[in-house]
Amino acid sequence: MILSRRSLLGGVVALASVPARAANYAITPEPIGEGVWLVRGADEPIEASNGGAIANIAIIATPAGTVLWDCGPSVRYARALRLVAEQLTGKPVVRVYVSHLHPDHGLGLAAFDPAIVAALPGMIDALRAQGQGYADGMYRLLGDWMRGTDLLLPGRAITASQEDFGGRTLRLLALSGHSAADLALFDPQTGLLLGGDLIFHDRAPSTPTADLALWRASLDQLTALPHRGVLPGHGPFDPGGTTAIDQTRDWIDWLEATLTQAVRGGLDMVEAGELPIPDRFATMAAGRYEVQRSVSHLYPGLEATLLPRVDVP
Amino acid sequence: MQRQASLWVALALVLVAADARATAPVDPLGSPMWAAHARTLFGDDPVRFDPRVQVDFPMIAENQRAFPVAIDARAIAGVTRMVLLVDLNPIPIAIDYRPLHAAAYVATRIKLDQRTPVRGAVQLASGQWLVSGGWVDAAGGGCSAPPVSRVRGDWADHLGEIRGEAWPMADGRSRVRLNFRHPMDTGFVANIATYHLEALRVKGADGRTLGEMEIWAAVAEDPAITLMVDGGAGEALRVEARDTNGRDYRAALSVARQSPVPASMPGGR
Repeated sequence: MILSRRSLLGGVVALASVPARAANYAITPEPIGEGVWLVRGADEPIEASNGGAIANIAIIATPAGTVLWDCGPSVRYARALRLVAEQLTGKPVVRVYVSHLHPDHGLGLAAFDPAIVAALPGMIDALRAQGQGYADGMYRLLGDWMRGTDLLLPGRAITASQEDFGGRTLRLLALSGHSAADLALFDPQTGLLLGGDLIFHDRAPSTPTADLALWRASLDQLTALPHRGVLPGHGPFDPGGTTAIDQTRDWIDWLEATLTQAVRGGLDMVEAGELPIPDRFATMAAGRYEVQRSVSHLYPGLEATLLPRVDVP
Repeated sequence: MQRQASLWVALALVLVAADARATAPVDPLGSPMWAAHARTLFGDDPVRFDPRVQVDFPMIAENQRAFPVAIDARAIAGVTRMVLLVDLNPIPIAIDYRPLHAAAYVATRIKLDQRTPVRGAVQLASGQWLVSGGWVDAAGGGCSAPPVSRVRGDWADHLGEIRGEAWPMADGRSRVRLNFRHPMDTGFVANIATYHLEALRVKGADGRTLGEMEIWAAVAEDPAITLMVDGGAGEALRVEARDTNGRDYRAALSVARQSPVPASMPGGR
């Protein structure tokens, strides 16, 4: 084979050019209750290979229109989601709830009129302060998947504990712990509890903005709330409604105890990130990845509390 | 194909010619700064890559302002100097450590300004350098973002605070952990001059220096340093440090009676 100068040059130009245009998102709703569908996220870190579509999304059909529970990482995702959801229910999207500030759940809100996008007041404040940083990080990780995704803020601050959609009433719970303001949604008609990232299932919880004590208190409230199935923020649907909540609590309890013991025992951050993960968590995806992230989030605070002062004049 | 082959030969010749001028071997990480750093750091001393220099860090740079790195060269006898080198940082050297009466181990947290090789280079008494490391992917700005305590405005309130502890190890040495409060200003943030811890020494009860290091602003804000020095349970250690404004830092700690938890415990994956 003789390669021409033109084809060689062409190859070099192709290699040096910007990354290829990303593929389209596959939105595949699965029914989990009457008029409720789950769009599963990949149980992986945010990567170019998944376009950042790692969070679980829900579509709820109501007499007044379609309600979305979270809307994904990018405008491209949210537009595809809207199309699929409206075809599925035959009604336009009238409300988008964004559960918390993390970009895999809500940056796609820029695809909607802010007037129909609702979030807790604390979430809106946090997104105003930190959203641009999250958006920058997502562009760095995902490139073309994010094209056209500007940071917009939800236009409606949630202050009521429920919202009625032509007879289908959805209950709204203002909680915290995974972040400063975590929304959960309970659908009395099906008994389904949509936990946002307060609940993970067979996918290790992430802690970049966590307050573990508040997180436990929120899990207590969710456990006490009579419900049937649980839709976690990440990982498979939990039809029994207790497994995912218990597993999330077990993980954060283990994490805090393990890192506390590591600081008390003299381990460095690198070593703490390599501590063994108990076999009971073997079903949880991204375990090592999240442990190492959590060491970064939690270790300095634990050191400042647990290591004694040793400075002398 | 012929044309392509001749291109490769020409390229290889250029690389060989460039390499012949340097003492350092070809970099397995392919860093654009390797030759320049090697010339500055190693001079005419012999250099080779050696996996026994274990450079350990997490799989993800979750915080580019504080990325944990440990260099463990305990498998190599006679290490006199350990350098933590970050090729593509504007401040490429983070720590230059001399484990005089200490194990060849140092761990700390560093700033990352972009995707970069992170390396440990250890020197033997013969002058030989042994090098290892890997690429770390990171968002930019670790060196050019203001320290959190500058943004909060409370850095001066805590300057001089040192937390730490020392634990006896099975080999008769002690693991020492020291956390300083210091902004570690790089000088790359508008109107804030370079200001960082620049020297640290750990002394034994008899006054001899067990380990000493030079420190640069590539070390993360509120420097955290882990060493393994000679001396067992009950040993009274003294810490002396100084920053670039000439402020002195002193700490005293005695080695605990209990052992640290093992870095790996059985019963998990």
